Amino acid sequence: MANVVVVTSGKGGVGKTTSTASLGAALAKTGQNVCVVDFDVGLRNLDLMLGAERRVVYDLINVIQGNAKLAQALIRDKRLDTLSLLPASQTRDKDALTEKGVARVMKQLREKFDWIICDSPAGIERGAILAMRHADTAVIVTNPEISSVRDSDRIIGMLDSKTERAESGGDIEKHLLIARYDASRIARAEMLGVDDVLDILSVPLLGIVPESEEVLRASNLGAPVTLSNPVCAAARAYQDAARRLTGEAVAMSVPRDRRNLFGKLFGGKAA
Amino acid sequence: MSLFRLFRPQASAPVARERLQVLLAHERTFCGRPDLVAKLQEEILEAISKHVSLDAEHIKVTTVRGKTISTLKVDIEIPSETDNLREAG
Repeated sequence: MANVVVVTSGKGGVGKTTSTASLGAALAKTGQNVCVVDFDVGLRNLDLMLGAERRVVYDLINVIQGNAKLAQALIRDKRLDTLSLLPASQTRDKDALTEKGVARVMKQLREKFDWIICDSPAGIERGAILAMRHADTAVIVTNPEISSVRDSDRIIGMLDSKTERAESGGDIEKHLLIARYDASRIARAEMLGVDDVLDILSVPLLGIVPESEEVLRASNLGAPVTLSNPVCAAARAYQDAARRLTGEAVAMSVPRDRRNLFGKLFGGKAA
Repeated sequence: MSLFRLFRPQASAPVARERLQVLLAHERTFCGRPDLVAKLQEEILEAISKHVSLDAEHIKVTTVRGKTISTLKVDIEIPSETDNLREAG
């Protein structure tokens, strides 16, 4: 049975699109059919993360308005044939997303794929609500930082009230993904730790992704980090998180402070 | 540990944590009512103020969201008598 996942956060810039692409590629690598859907109409970026920006012909809005068939809008990844992208429109705005249209597209996607991963826009408006509307599972991306945690709390409230599952009296499965984790700053108590964030938000942890240059490199290259450098710490964190999403029990690894003794003595960062 | 730790400003993460807990208690919908926590804080303050002089800063109401139940925690700081005397004088 298909599983619809929304990757959401409230706040912008915390790593939703990176996480959507990385989790999507990690799941697709296991042979399951995955579609990543960009709900950020007007500010699409998921196509860039997947290196598919020049292959976009039709988009989600075209499908919603009936100007294109779903199959025409889907872009299959060149590296992984189990991974597809449904891009957002760059020239329209979020008002072009209609409740009925989104429902119809999600229903069609459920028939074709094992996993449908919806990349939510930032904010709490129409685009974000429609991205979470049909989800079975939510991945809440949070940075260990005060404004990100506050916004995540708000989004959790909306997941519990505005989704189809919540409205029908059911429960949406929620997972917390801590991204941009800076072990050395957390060790110095300059940043909220994992326990702080978990205590405050009370959502089970899906994974901890360390702040990493590899993630930036991956976006420069147009490949999810789980494909461009699958052995780096960030990619491993995403791969483990993807396995946990499928229900597998994987031991949680907390990124360590990788500064050497010199760095610790003088407060700098390891090279 | 850094040799310079002593000269650094104090750890700021605990401050962030506490600010968040208080803030979210007020922003969260509690028992289906978005304004309940603020209302409770107001009324608790009113009740205690009849007997002890207090202001809003001395009452901290926080909520913890759990899987099946949520809890409400009320911390009330009552100034010691000498403080009260000083205020009175």
